[in-house]
Amino acid sequence: MTYIKPKFRHPDLQKNKLGYTIDYYEGSLSTLCAGCGHDSISGAIIRACFEANIEPHKVAKMSGIGCSSKTPAYFLSNSHGFNSVHGRMPSVATGANMANRDLIYFGVSGDGDTASIGMGQFVHVIRRNLNMVYLVMNNGCYGLTKGQDSATADCGSKNKSGNINLYEGIDLVSLGLELGAGFVAQSFSGDKGQLVPLIKAAMAHPGFALINVVSPCVTFNNNVGSTKSYDYIREHIEATSTFDFVPEMTEIKTDYSEGETKQIAMHDGSLIQLNKLTKDWDPTNRSSAMNAMLNAKENNEFLTGLIYINPESLETHELIQTSKTPLNQLSQSTLCPGNMALAEINADLR
Amino acid sequence: MNINDFVVRFANVNGTGSASANYLFTKAIFRMGVPVTPKNIFPSNIQGLPTWYEVRVSEKGYLGRREGIDLMVAVNPQSFAQDVASVKSGGYFLYDSTKKLAKEFLRDDINYIEIPLMEISNSNYSDARQRQLFKNIIYVGALCELLKIEFNVFEDLFAEQFKGKEKLIPLNVTALQLGMNYIKEHYPNTLNIKVERRDLLKSKILAEGNAACALGAVYGGATFAAWYPITPSTSVIDGYADYCKQFRIDKETGRKNYAIVQAEDELAAMGMVLGAMWNGARAFTSTSGPGLSLMNEFLGLAYFAEIPAVLIDVQRTGPSTGMPTRTQQSDVLEAAYASHGDTKHVLLFPSNPKECFDMTADAFDLAEHLQTPIIMLTDLDLGMNDHISEPYEWNDLRQYNRGKVLTAEGLDAAQQWGRYLDVDGDGIPYRTLPGTHPEKGSFFTRGSSHTEYAAYTESSDEYRKGMERLLKKWDTAKTLVPSSIVYPSKKKSDTGVIFFGTSTYSAEEAMDKLAEKNIHVDALRLRGFPFDKAFEEFVSSHKQIFVIEQNRDAQLKSLMMIELGTEASKLHSVLNFDGMPITADFIFNQIASSFKAQVSNT
Ligand SMILES: Cc1ncc(C[n+]2csc(CCOP(=O)(O)OP(=O)(O)O)c2C)c(N)n1
Ligand code: SF4
Ligand SMILES: [Mg+2]
Repeated sequence: MTYIKPKFRHPDLQKNKLGYTIDYYEGSLSTLCAGCGHDSISGAIIRACFEANIEPHKVAKMSGIGCSSKTPAYFLSNSHGFNSVHGRMPSVATGANMANRDLIYFGVSGDGDTASIGMGQFVHVIRRNLNMVYLVMNNGCYGLTKGQDSATADCGSKNKSGNINLYEGIDLVSLGLELGAGFVAQSFSGDKGQLVPLIKAAMAHPGFALINVVSPCVTFNNNVGSTKSYDYIREHIEATSTFDFVPEMTEIKTDYSEGETKQIAMHDGSLIQLNKLTKDWDPTNRSSAMNAMLNAKENNEFLTGLIYINPESLETHELIQTSKTPLNQLSQSTLCPGNMALAEINADLR
Repeated sequence: MNINDFVVRFANVNGTGSASANYLFTKAIFRMGVPVTPKNIFPSNIQGLPTWYEVRVSEKGYLGRREGIDLMVAVNPQSFAQDVASVKSGGYFLYDSTKKLAKEFLRDDINYIEIPLMEISNSNYSDARQRQLFKNIIYVGALCELLKIEFNVFEDLFAEQFKGKEKLIPLNVTALQLGMNYIKEHYPNTLNIKVERRDLLKSKILAEGNAACALGAVYGGATFAAWYPITPSTSVIDGYADYCKQFRIDKETGRKNYAIVQAEDELAAMGMVLGAMWNGARAFTSTSGPGLSLMNEFLGLAYFAEIPAVLIDVQRTGPSTGMPTRTQQSDVLEAAYASHGDTKHVLLFPSNPKECFDMTADAFDLAEHLQTPIIMLTDLDLGMNDHISEPYEWNDLRQYNRGKVLTAEGLDAAQQWGRYLDVDGDGIPYRTLPGTHPEKGSFFTRGSSHTEYAAYTESSDEYRKGMERLLKKWDTAKTLVPSSIVYPSKKKSDTGVIFFGTSTYSAEEAMDKLAEKNIHVDALRLRGFPFDKAFEEFVSSHKQIFVIEQNRDAQLKSLMMIELGTEASKLHSVLNFDGMPITADFIFNQIASSFKAQVSNT
């Protein structure tokens, strides 16, 4: 079965700076369960790319295996996508990024894909500060294999079959902070207003950008007693701030009084504008961000928004000093030393 | 007098600087124009355990290992018992006589050469490190005199080795002379073996296979290497890094026209290579057996989703950690069928440094042309030992074959493009790279079943069609892998011998020995998989075939039975799997005794 979207659109849809309407950013029709949080996130990605005037073909969509990892088929149909193997998206993204530093690498993973089978690669891609967006569609379970608890399920959380999770859940945000990720955000699939600017900012961040999005699995983990259900999240959500991503040279309009606002300049000239900051928390200070996460956990709050950013972090290519020209565009004459050089090497081996 | 035909073995302690002294000895014989082949026999240890270095000198140019040690240079009392025992009758045992040799090490049938190496060194040098290092040079000096190697050959070698550190030259020359003088005084003209200058090597070079692979990767245009350290493959990446520093730093910016990532494990290394090649860079990894096992899942993805990759497997003695510092050819089956489901992979079997260089460079063309992983199977013997080889060569007119990749113009011109559509009838579809065209050519790469247009499918017909096309591509690969080399015998023979990789040297020598005994057999050296036409013809045109391999389970023989349906009864295995490089005597004995048995049966 193939899924082809009906191409009926209102004729005067708004265009972005590139002249594209939002449907230009869509993908094929989703085959996920109706109401799955993942679909809302795909929608947010589509909107973010549209608003950020992204050329879809300059994006590479990378994913592992799972319901979440299928979603790249459902957005940006003009981008190449790579649905790799379970838990190994980070390595494939690393190789792709090494080959061509000029594309945007948009990685999508699940909590099983990231926090269990893929934990090793997840940890190491952060360590290397690969320039990519790493978005986890976190539902606390393995959707595609029918609802087993995942490693991010909270201790005490109950799943649809009534099992209570006995083990500590892995908090990917705290882990990302611990490992030194330069951009760490958390959100909820039901909060598009927050998710869209977060995704835009993550794409602008020149380094590893982690967005952990709680994305309820309506089929296996949306029951009473689950801490990853729509109801539970809505009851416990606590935003660190309201958040705006301001592209380059846009005038900043703010409804909030000074003192409650913080602006963070990004490398490409754009700005992150945070309003209504939570007290005693500074998103540019790592230990303050770690503290905020710890406190939220103690209070059973689900903290969302931009948790931490270090706009100065150096991505892998800058760390290892690869050429500014993407490696996949270097010509044979640059790469091959030729027979003369070989004659010298031969002489040294005699 | 035995000229230019003997084996010297050095018994040292790991981590005492003996390697460079021993290499100096090899290089000196090489400079005398005489074929020489050294083998490192080292422990999986950094310091303190016994390690050996064996050098075969062969006027006839036989470069395989040979059993029977003519001269043992024993500097490690830990291994004296074994070292004394391994000298062949009539041979020599040279040892450090600073400490008296225990009675149990005395044999009537061998000759002892006593040099108080430590004493000489200690009385000439005060620094502990110098005492250690120069002790090694002193025994090389002794060998220089004993074997009549030209002194000025060493002078030249020191001058080259210490270019820029000229102060060290006289120090080394003096140490060498200490050894020479001791021999002149105490053992003048003692040995019945010696080296005599020849001009047998012409333009040949002395190189390690791993370094040759590394150089091949640079010449083949690899811009990215991902790897995880493992003996004996590590020096492939080390070599790549060294050559890249030499050739790939942009002069203006100082930036690198390459990237190397030490991955968290071999799974990740393989994933990175796939990501890079999917995105249009030439990338490779190198590993050994355990790493190859970890790469299996990704290799299946690459086969099915048709992503190029280059993997250099420097085989070692398995299974599991096995003997990690010994050689074997035991990953053949694993590499051929790596991964679950129906998968098979293109293999390359180099047998000398020149081929390591050529085949590595070619592997990138093959991988991109065939859009599939190319696995090169070398081994520890080839990778980590110096081998005499034809010099490297590069045709400056050669253009990389980047395979069927559509550009933006190509996409605009294409009538109807499908990622997995077999337009040309060779089973190889056209691919596109990310970022090429705003509206055409994007597709979703996946390991799940896909249509010719790269859409997800669970249709049995579509799946079967895809799998059958991969077989068509496999047939195309048969015409592209390096062809088998046939050695027809002087007399017509219905017996064939097949070998590959590092068995080549000893197999060639064994053929000569067999011919001397009037046993004439045709031979074939396999260089690639799938089997090419010459291979198939050779197999079908011989009544019986000896298959020489360095593994226990006759893996190549299995491969022949699986892929060609060759009857088991016609295949006789010659199997060496003790971790030491196979010898000509071993091959000769097995084949000759089989012939004898056949003669007596008829
Ligand atoms: C090596 C391997 N083991 C197991 C599987 C089966 N598998 C497919 S998806 C999945 C779990 C996915 O969970 P998650 O990443 O959380 O994604 P979700 O479906 O919940 O979005 C598993 C175990 C597989 N594809 N590969
Ligand atoms: S099983 Fe769960 S995660 Fe998968 S599509 Fe359905 S709702 Fe979404
Ligand atoms: Mg999940």
